[in-house]
Amino acid sequence: MSASGELSIKSIVREVLTYRSGQVGAAILLFLIGLSIYAVIAIPYDRAIALWRGEESCWIEVPRNAMPYWYKYIMRKNLPETIVVDGLRGDPGVIKAVTEIPGTNIKRILLEISFTYDYDDFPSEVNLFFYANYSESLPLIKIYWIKPDGSNIPLISYTIRRPYTILYLTINDDVQKSLLEFVRSNVGEPKEYIEPQLIMFAVNDETMLSAKTAKILKSTGSQIRKYTLRIEGMLFGKDSDLNAKLVVYGKVYGFAGTDHLRRDVSIALLWGTPIALAFGLTSSLAISIVQLIIAVISGWYGGKVDFIIQRLTEIYMIIPFLPFLIMISSLYRLTIWVLVAVLLVLSIFGAGVKSTRALVMQVKEEPYIEAALAYGASSRRIIFLYIIPKILPPMIPGLIGSVPGFVFLEASLAFLGLGDPFLPTWGKVINDAFSNGAFYKGYLWWIGLPSIMLILTAISFALIGFALDKIVNPRLREW
Amino acid sequence: MIKMSVKGPILFIVKRAIALYLIVVLSVYITIVIANLGGYVDRITQAQILEDITFTIKRDPQYRGLPPEEVDRIIRDTYELELKKLGLDTPFIVRSFRYLVNGLTLDLGRALYLTSDTGSRQVKLIILERLPQTVMLFTTASVLNFFIHLFLGLYLSRHYGGKLDKLFIALSPTSIVPGWLYGLFLIMIFASILRVLPYGGYVDVPPPDDPVSYGLSVLKHMILPLSSWIISGFFMGVYGSRTFYLIFSTEDYVTVAKAKGLPPRIIERRYILRPALPPVITSFSLGLIGSWGGAIITETVFNWPGLGKVMRDAINSMDTPVIVGEVIIYAYLLAITVLLLDILYLFIDPRIRARFR
Repeated sequence: MSASGELSIKSIVREVLTYRSGQVGAAILLFLIGLSIYAVIAIPYDRAIALWRGEESCWIEVPRNAMPYWYKYIMRKNLPETIVVDGLRGDPGVIKAVTEIPGTNIKRILLEISFTYDYDDFPSEVNLFFYANYSESLPLIKIYWIKPDGSNIPLISYTIRRPYTILYLTINDDVQKSLLEFVRSNVGEPKEYIEPQLIMFAVNDETMLSAKTAKILKSTGSQIRKYTLRIEGMLFGKDSDLNAKLVVYGKVYGFAGTDHLRRDVSIALLWGTPIALAFGLTSSLAISIVQLIIAVISGWYGGKVDFIIQRLTEIYMIIPFLPFLIMISSLYRLTIWVLVAVLLVLSIFGAGVKSTRALVMQVKEEPYIEAALAYGASSRRIIFLYIIPKILPPMIPGLIGSVPGFVFLEASLAFLGLGDPFLPTWGKVINDAFSNGAFYKGYLWWIGLPSIMLILTAISFALIGFALDKIVNPRLREW
Repeated sequence: MIKMSVKGPILFIVKRAIALYLIVVLSVYITIVIANLGGYVDRITQAQILEDITFTIKRDPQYRGLPPEEVDRIIRDTYELELKKLGLDTPFIVRSFRYLVNGLTLDLGRALYLTSDTGSRQVKLIILERLPQTVMLFTTASVLNFFIHLFLGLYLSRHYGGKLDKLFIALSPTSIVPGWLYGLFLIMIFASILRVLPYGGYVDVPPPDDPVSYGLSVLKHMILPLSSWIISGFFMGVYGSRTFYLIFSTEDYVTVAKAKGLPPRIIERRYILRPALPPVITSFSLGLIGSWGGAIITETVFNWPGLGKVMRDAINSMDTPVIVGEVIIYAYLLAITVLLLDILYLFIDPRIRARFR
């Protein structure tokens, strides 16, 4: 690129930064690049994919469809965070007493898990995890829910059938029945369906009969007791043991909330950045180079070659590009890098060829080309040393400006459910959110945040392309 | 309008139509080759033949008494024979031409899972019954965009360099964001938060009985999809057409017209708008052609029952015949659009007409 002295990369960058649009665009791009580097370092590739696939059920302690943490400030409400009290880990608030019944190999166990609850909203879910050790019969337990006001609700009698089991308290039928029974006998008939977690955490008066009026019974202050989950049970066998972990799922999680599979959406937001940038830039660069070569061949050699290439570009313009791409991705499940290759094939004779060819035709008439011909330079020498360096600078704005198009293309495919099978991308998050009714349920951050990331990326490239255009094609400055 | 001979333009249109049809043939052929790399077209055809044969034989009274295994054997044999008769046991290159003819005549086979509103499994019917909705929405969007860009562009070119002009230039990069993405935000604002407009769809459920409220209901459902496309094209479109008018308004003949003292309205209409029309129409036609592709995503976002929605449904249920059929319909749709625009050019661009004088 030595031939274009006055338009070296450095001077272009410097000039881009003299425009307001260039400054803003470069600032956003810098931020996105920083985010990409952070993503790649903080969550290595394999880890990101494993997390996104939800391997090792790593999200089990995370609430489903949680709001982002900062919703607390928007809604001006102390939205609940997740509370985990783990007996196995020896968390404070867990009392465990095991007494052997003399003359038998039966043990009586008492587990009390208590915690304070000081939030302005009900939790989203309550689950209980059991770690059991048994050799003879299965452990039998009874579970009680004790509220800070002292009311004691027997929830369920339960047999632990595996060394590691999860009791989903708030969706368990028996638990629901016991809770409703409690409401009926103490307060009255519920006016509508009320969720189990509401009964578990509401003030025991007639307000709890409807979800609209229910008040949270907070366990703050020194005089009020904590919430307690009490497990009474029998263990059989000498070395039998039982531990439990209580998870009270909140309604907020992390910077970007969680999705329907409890996954932290911020992982996809972070990892989507390097993927979008790499995909957009690679596609744009690869296609520009291929189109440049085709255009130069067409313009330089002329004649029949030119005629055929020109007809091919006209055909390409009328071929249904997106339906083609959708068909190919749906039939053959493309990874993102195969998608780049397919895109390349589908754009070899794209519209870019025509505009670049026009540039070649202009340059071809320059006197220095004539001089090169006169001293007997080969076609290859002229093309690579004299023509391409000359037409590269005017192509750069187009190259940068077409990056968003590819980013959106990938997002659209992902939105149709044709995204890369492994990678977490913004389009996939939007698709998940859209297909799981985020609009109707009001999970707006779930659609909004990835969309904002897409827009930021697009706008940054558009702004830089805009500034570049003014520099490389000075005529535009007049308008 | 200047009188011109009829023969020339008609010949031109016929030639264009033939050329475009050849491109459709090529598109369909490429579609078939790509789809059949994984054997999908073979399966579509074979499934169709097998279903037809099974149907006829099971209906035929002369086979009714036979044990089921025997009937199955007869079906198998007839099927093999039929494949041979149709030449489907031949190499792909021969078969591909048979598929090409099927594709071009819109004999698209039967859908695996999807059905049309009338209950048919014919891919052709499933797709074609959705075509009017797509054409209606996106032609309206393109035409609205065209007039908005035209008039605002003219206004800006008159107030060139003003505050509003600068604002449009500054905001023109927002047009890089496609309509469907703006659509997501529009749904959030107007449906999820304000609850004044529907999330999507075509009419209310259940649809109103009398035609007037039916039409109004459809219009109500069109507001957001149309707005999303208008917002997306707005700043760049207005900026682009304003620049066209500015370029044409610096021509010498405009200066002369001004010197002659012609009223500005006439100068604008005859000397600026008229010559700027062909490039403006080009950008309109590019917009319209682009909208057919963009329809797939936008319709999905707004749950609009058009071609794009069928595509998404077909992808979700892996209904290959419908996916392949859609590509073929799109090829036709694109070619027909281009042909119509060519005819339009004939009327507005004197340079094309001049060739036939």
